[in-house]
Amino acid sequence: MASPQMTGSEIVLKALCDQGVDVIFGYPGGAVLPIYDALHEQNALRHILVRHEQAAVHAAEGYARSTGKVGVVLVTSGPGATNAVTGLTDALMDSVPVVCLTGQVPTHLIGNDAFQEADTTGITRPCTKHNYLVKSADGLARVIHEAFYVARSGRPGPVVVDLPKDVLQAKSDSYVGPEDIKHQSYRPQVKADSHAIAAAVQMIAKAKRPLIYSGGGVINSGDKASVLLSRFARALGVPVTSTLMGLGAMPASDPLFLGMLGMHGTYEANLAMYNCDVMINVGARFDDRVTGRLDEFSPRSQKIHIDIDPSSINKNVVVDLPIIGDVTSVLDDLVKAWKRSGAKLNQKALKAWWAEIEEWRGRDCLKFANSKSIIKPQYAIQRLYELTKDRDAYITTEVGQHQMWAAQFYKFEKPRHWMTSGGLGTMGYGLPAAAGVQVAHPEALVIDIAGEASILMNIQELSTVAQYGLPVKVFIINNQWMGMVRQWQELLHGGRYSQSYTASLPDFVKLADAFGALGLRASKPGELDDKIMEMIESPRAVVFDCVVDQTENCFPMIPSGAAHYEMLLGPEDKAAKPVSEEGMVLV
Amino acid sequence: MVPKDQTIERRTMAVLVDNEPGVLARVIGLFSGRGYNIESLTVSEVDPDRRLSRITVITSGTPQIIEQIKAQLERLVPVHRVSDLTREGPSVERELVLVKVNGRGNKRVESLRIADIFRARVVDSSHQHFVFEMTGSSEKLDVFIDMMRPLGLVDVSRTGVVAIARGPKGL
Ligand SMILES: Cc1cc2nc3c(=O)[nH]c(=O)nc-3n(C[C@H](O)[C@H](O)[C@H](O)COP(=O)(O)OP(=O)(O)OC[C@H]3O[C@@H](n4cnc5c(N)ncnc54)[C@H](O)[C@@H]3O)c2cc1C
Ligand SMILES: Cc1ncc(C[n+]2csc(CCOP(=O)(O)OP(=O)(O)O)c2C)c(N)n1
Ligand SMILES: [Mg+2]
Repeated sequence: MASPQMTGSEIVLKALCDQGVDVIFGYPGGAVLPIYDALHEQNALRHILVRHEQAAVHAAEGYARSTGKVGVVLVTSGPGATNAVTGLTDALMDSVPVVCLTGQVPTHLIGNDAFQEADTTGITRPCTKHNYLVKSADGLARVIHEAFYVARSGRPGPVVVDLPKDVLQAKSDSYVGPEDIKHQSYRPQVKADSHAIAAAVQMIAKAKRPLIYSGGGVINSGDKASVLLSRFARALGVPVTSTLMGLGAMPASDPLFLGMLGMHGTYEANLAMYNCDVMINVGARFDDRVTGRLDEFSPRSQKIHIDIDPSSINKNVVVDLPIIGDVTSVLDDLVKAWKRSGAKLNQKALKAWWAEIEEWRGRDCLKFANSKSIIKPQYAIQRLYELTKDRDAYITTEVGQHQMWAAQFYKFEKPRHWMTSGGLGTMGYGLPAAAGVQVAHPEALVIDIAGEASILMNIQELSTVAQYGLPVKVFIINNQWMGMVRQWQELLHGGRYSQSYTASLPDFVKLADAFGALGLRASKPGELDDKIMEMIESPRAVVFDCVVDQTENCFPMIPSGAAHYEMLLGPEDKAAKPVSEEGMVLV
Repeated sequence: MVPKDQTIERRTMAVLVDNEPGVLARVIGLFSGRGYNIESLTVSEVDPDRRLSRITVITSGTPQIIEQIKAQLERLVPVHRVSDLTREGPSVERELVLVKVNGRGNKRVESLRIADIFRARVVDSSHQHFVFEMTGSSEKLDVFIDMMRPLGLVDVSRTGVVAIARGPKGL
């Protein structure tokens, strides 16, 4: 039966509603005016007007990552679409489900260099999981539903739907609901092969120095995956380390948790990785920031890799046992198979392994020389954590040293409370992402742990925050430097600080005021707690200028191209050997 | 760690895809974006009812890279199936070439004689030129083209390789 006549724009909105969408992050323009017109006529969908299209995507990412739902973006053609590209690439790298609707010039003008025309599907092909150019209102509903299916299934990612203006205005009676859509070919494998599960049980049962290396895939898989992960680890008594993207899946307070691994990971996590004999990778992708020098990466371990994306297998590190499937399903099977098998780890060996780990832990690698006169950035985040841990706090970050300190010093107990740009490392991510999180969780405490350089990349979003009364807190670790860049210049480029100091920074307190937010500043350790409490208790958006030691570096650090055991633990620690030429070319 | 095998292998892959706009750009963009080699690539619709096209691509790399290429191709949303024909059993590979040769006298006679040996057909001719059509393995085409070179070869157009598995089973 044909459905009633609707315009393309109405079809788009109905499809969004039928997909359970409640909020869109967007910015209008000529090519999408028909959709904005249709939006004006309804109340089911809320539209959050951002101040830059990049921010719309980051906000949708924050929304998506903190809820597990698909984030939705609406931007106009040409510059609207090109502004969204950084956000789309970010979502692709970090596997965040986003559907981005872009306006396009009418179909008969495509290819004519029409006003605000850009080859959006061409430009976004490499930075999306998939994209569509819709040529007629008749297929429109199907494409939108497919886009949601593709964005959230398998390894999630961003999907662009490019919508020519004539398609938005055309009428069609072809509306179909999501239940009528089945994708022709795209069907990711969710359930693992039972032989692989059995082989994993056997491999783990023989382990003497087992280690779980968990990643963003656990978060992607849903909250049950995190429950299963800790259940599995506890049942076996196996240590767990996590990537930057996986923080929160295993409660940081659990004694089994060794902290983050990798370039700025803990001593105990990295040495456990180097020395383990069976590694169980759960939804992590052997990123170069984690592995360090590849030929020295966990050289004596047998490796099990659980991942939903077959292309993650053997990409950087060759593994012994790939298990393709969704983390929740695989862990569920694995826990059951383990119980059924009656297997037991060698307790004596496990005890010896833990004794070794405790020794590494004893180094207390995150300790730092605190000061009474100047705020150390680590101390600032420690205090922020202590004063917010009993609330439902969501943390986003920008990119740089502050991001790493946040990962090290903020202890995450639950999944979906930590939003950071890991794969692309996009400065300017944190504030719009925080806005997106706050939209999804109006009552929660949402804090962007920022750097003074990064925050300026999307500072205009303070205006969005003001418009919707979002009480987002921007906690700026202000060291006046692009600290992460300065650190590399200090360690790798002979202390030649080329262009990493920002002169003429704004007065962040006045800037807050100009945007209708509360501005606070702390420069002395003694005033930190009171000011943080003032920030937390304010019902308004807050910009907190936390003036910190300008020279502090982020440790531990594995210099690029080095192995896990070549970690630098502090400023007094000199690299065992100069960074190799191979290391110097690494990013 | 399992040692990496560094030998470079050459593979012929058949890729079944939805025949939709941009699908070829997706496949080619994947190869260029990730730095994989393409030695040959052909594409055409093979199932108009289901709107499926078949791409035959010849690529090379270490076993690890080859495995990546296959996985990356399979991960593209419009890709239905990827088959590594080189690996999955015996297969037939063929290529078609059109060769234009200008010449008079002995050279002209010689080009006809060689075409005959290679079972090439004349598909266009004048007093001055021939256009030969020939199918066969790429190596055979190479030899044929090389032999035509001194005889007045002016133009070569090759299709690239198409391939199919031997035996009764389909893709
Ligand atoms: C300045 C800076 C420094 C950094 N330093 C570090 C560092 O010291 N340590 C560190 O760990 N990272 C660091 N990173 C982050 C790093 O770049 C990577 O983003 C991160 O390590 C990747 O995390 P991941 O392996 O968990 O993969 P993700 O990018 O989260 O990928 C998830 C993996 O799980 C799979 N997956 C997704 N969903 C599922 C599912 N449902 N079921 C099964 N599998 C699934 C995916 O296919 C993918 O392979 C840093 C980033 C920056 C910007
Ligand atoms: C968009 C973008 N441009 C450049 C970089 C490279 N980069 C990484 S960290 C950094 C400095 C960040 O400085 P700041 O925000 O002050 O953080 P800090 O390291 O001082 O804590 C730069 C420039 C990046 N990650 N993103
Ligand atoms: Mg800084």
